Amino acid sequence: MHIIDRRLNPGGKNLPNRQRFLRRARRIVREAVRQASASRSIRDIDEAGVVVIPGNGIDEPSFHLGEEGHHQPVFPGNKEFVEGDRLPRPQGGAGGGGSQAGQGQSEDSYQIALSAEEFLEFFLEDLELPDLERRQVTTVESEGMRRAGYASTGSPANLALGRTMRNSLSRRIALRRPRPADVAEAEQAIAEAQASGADESEIAELRRLRDSLQRRSKAIAWIDPIDIRYRRFEPQPRPMAQAVMFCLMDVSASMTEHMKDLAKRFYMLLYVFLKKRYKKVDLVFIRHTDEAKEVDEQTFFHGTESGGTRVSSVLHEMLRVVGARYPADQWNIYAAQASDGDNDPRDNLEVTGLLSGEVLEKCQYYAYLEVNEPGHGSNPSSLWRAYESIAQPHLAQRSVTHREDIYPIFRELFSRNEDVRRRVV
Amino acid sequence: MSALLYKGAEWSYDTIQRIHDAVSEIALGEMGLDVYPNQIEVITAEQMLDAYASTGMPIFYNHWSFGKHYTQHEMMYRKGLMGLAYEIVINSSPCISYIMEGNSATMQTLVIAHAAFGHNHFFKNNQTFRDFTDARSILDYLKFAKSFIAQCEERYGESAVERLVDAAHALQPHGIHRAGKRRTTDLRDEEAKQKERRIHEAQMYNELWSTLPTTPGKATVTDQQRNAMNQRLGLPEENVLFFLERNAPRLASWQREVIRIVRLVGQYLYPQRMTKVMNEGTATYVHYTILHRLHEKGLIDDGAFFEFLTSHTNVVAQPGFDHPAFQGFNPYALGFAMMQDIERICLKPTAEDRIWAPDIAGCGDAMGALRDIWANYRDDSFIAQYLSPRLMRDLRLFAIEDNPERSTLLVKSIHDERGYRNIRRSLAKRYDVSYTDAIIEVVSVDLLGDRRLVMEHRVVDGRLLATSEARKVLQHVADLWGYEVQLKEVDAMKGKVLADHHARPSQAAFAA
Repeated sequence: MHIIDRRLNPGGKNLPNRQRFLRRARRIVREAVRQASASRSIRDIDEAGVVVIPGNGIDEPSFHLGEEGHHQPVFPGNKEFVEGDRLPRPQGGAGGGGSQAGQGQSEDSYQIALSAEEFLEFFLEDLELPDLERRQVTTVESEGMRRAGYASTGSPANLALGRTMRNSLSRRIALRRPRPADVAEAEQAIAEAQASGADESEIAELRRLRDSLQRRSKAIAWIDPIDIRYRRFEPQPRPMAQAVMFCLMDVSASMTEHMKDLAKRFYMLLYVFLKKRYKKVDLVFIRHTDEAKEVDEQTFFHGTESGGTRVSSVLHEMLRVVGARYPADQWNIYAAQASDGDNDPRDNLEVTGLLSGEVLEKCQYYAYLEVNEPGHGSNPSSLWRAYESIAQPHLAQRSVTHREDIYPIFRELFSRNEDVRRRVV
Repeated sequence: MSALLYKGAEWSYDTIQRIHDAVSEIALGEMGLDVYPNQIEVITAEQMLDAYASTGMPIFYNHWSFGKHYTQHEMMYRKGLMGLAYEIVINSSPCISYIMEGNSATMQTLVIAHAAFGHNHFFKNNQTFRDFTDARSILDYLKFAKSFIAQCEERYGESAVERLVDAAHALQPHGIHRAGKRRTTDLRDEEAKQKERRIHEAQMYNELWSTLPTTPGKATVTDQQRNAMNQRLGLPEENVLFFLERNAPRLASWQREVIRIVRLVGQYLYPQRMTKVMNEGTATYVHYTILHRLHEKGLIDDGAFFEFLTSHTNVVAQPGFDHPAFQGFNPYALGFAMMQDIERICLKPTAEDRIWAPDIAGCGDAMGALRDIWANYRDDSFIAQYLSPRLMRDLRLFAIEDNPERSTLLVKSIHDERGYRNIRRSLAKRYDVSYTDAIIEVVSVDLLGDRRLVMEHRVVDGRLLATSEARKVLQHVADLWGYEVQLKEVDAMKGKVLADHHARPSQAAFAA
């Protein structure tokens, strides 16, 4: 008989298998996150949560018999039954329903808890900001240290030992500090002279030599304060990308609550997305009827106003704000406009002029979202057609009716794949 | 009482050695067991979880599904929903028993008696294990399998191998030669054979053959030709994996080899499913007897004996059908009860026993009778032969008839004179793998036409396959076969087709 102690064997024998499993599950988790986010309210989009991933995809199917058909199961523990008794069929496998227990229906699903960070990670996976690198160097925010040569002062923790010893060595060579071996040699010479019975004066000469060597090595320090060097660090200014996001919305009477809700969801997504990519994201809310006004968030979504609709007004207002506070060479400018597509027909010409001219030139990305009431035919509106005629790569337009369409559309706009992004619905 | 093997719960390697020797004396000397040489390995909880995930084997190829099982077990263990087994034992020679480091000395004694002697004897002597497994070379074979699959992953990519193993795993239960002449494979030769096959293939390769014009031939193929072709392929064949490995037209040789590995591993594990009750019953009976003898001989003290009784009682608990903890029959409980009952029949038979088990009743040699039974039966035949009326009464068994056409269940028989035979037959059937598993055969393949593969599920008692999973498995079959596959579910008695599934190879089919 052998006894073998396996406790010290390297653990993690199953690591490769676990990694393979997670990789396989990852695809499914991503799917589940996308589905979960469609039903989630946008406000909670960056919160932690549990997603349930279906058992299939990571199940291992086999041919097994289903539940139908005749069975004649046997059970232990009879108390009162006699032959010929009729029993009601148990529901849901509880109690006497042991007949179901044996038949492993593997329709189980797995719960996976994701942190807020992971949730967003999955949520925004393979999305990308267009033209991110164009205008980046802006506000300088210092962060991080960088190695910057050596200094003669510093904290002991930063002592540069190699450099210090190099200095010490070269100084000792330059000042001809006797090596310990030299002193030992002199001692030996004295001992030999004494042993061989050399005369007194010769020994005295040797002693003098030794003493001078000893004196010299005492006078010249092994490590002198002037040898010491410290690693120097200096703060590294890092350029930081900053972005401003313009939320433009038509609040004229024809915009229903449903439409505003759709717009809001889209803005939220864009905000979360920008937040992930830029350290600093400013939000500017501009609403318009036939005239436009910059407002705070609360008023933007909940304030009421009535009037006609002139889209050009909101573009003028945006340009004014950009000119006043967000110079285009320092800020990445994103704009998302939501409207039901109604516009004063006389205004369309001015809108296209403004957009294709100054606005698009300054913007990193301009998304136009046409929101519809469910059940209405989707005839392209006059505004839609006007935007269509501009056809610039960083002008995107989409039309949306249902809440659950928002996320797919958002993905489509920011997907890494150029072909998908360019496609106009 | 001076020669106690150990005191208290602490143990050392010396203790283990002494325990093993004392247990061995009783098991081999008094009980006449015949075992493979033992190898006892001490492991930690994490290593036990590792072992769980890969069906207990110490070496196994990599696959995501083992990681999935590991994750499940780990979570349950961490949450405290699941305790770990005290031991795992491997049917190999030498017989490897893993024992947990956290066990007390008494538990180690129990585990050594249970696994290193009980299971070990059963592995070595039971006919099912002798037929299906090759204990001497399984570990070498698994080593070969692991390195072969790793090589394939390196050469053909992890995902290609993963998909193949997925498909083969789905069909693993249908990769066993159940009937007819047993074809035990000598696993030791497997590695050499694999090389040989590849060399043969390379030698036989001749560019000329690929230039042969395809015979224009007659478009119509007679039934006779088709039958001859099927016969040549050995159809019908219930070993679906074997059939695919041999005959799937589009697989590369490494793919056939991977299928073969999965198939042989499946075959190695198969007897465990057929002998669950007997195997655990044997081991439990053995540890029970041995621990009693150790106590009688004064080798363990009363405290240790009580500790053993507590854990033994937990292991053989059988809650009734209406108990919240009821999860079907506990193989330990049923097996142990039957073994004890057989002992009783041998030594103190009643008149009833003489009628029901005339071959052993009153024979006086309980161990001899048990050894014979352990060698020659598997669960279904064991229950059909030896479940006594007395035990049926003790367990208060009753059989329910579940007819889907009726809204209520019928109590068909209870533990009385009229019910014994029916209960025994019904219970034996629940352990008969040819009844609990779906019987699926490859029945025909149209090699002269569109190469469609036809499989048949012989439906007994109207029990059809679970549809959604069957579709997925069939998809795997189609991917392996490379052409259309059909699965007919045919009533075994009436020959009526009850269901019909089709699958075409997907984009990701395996092609050489």
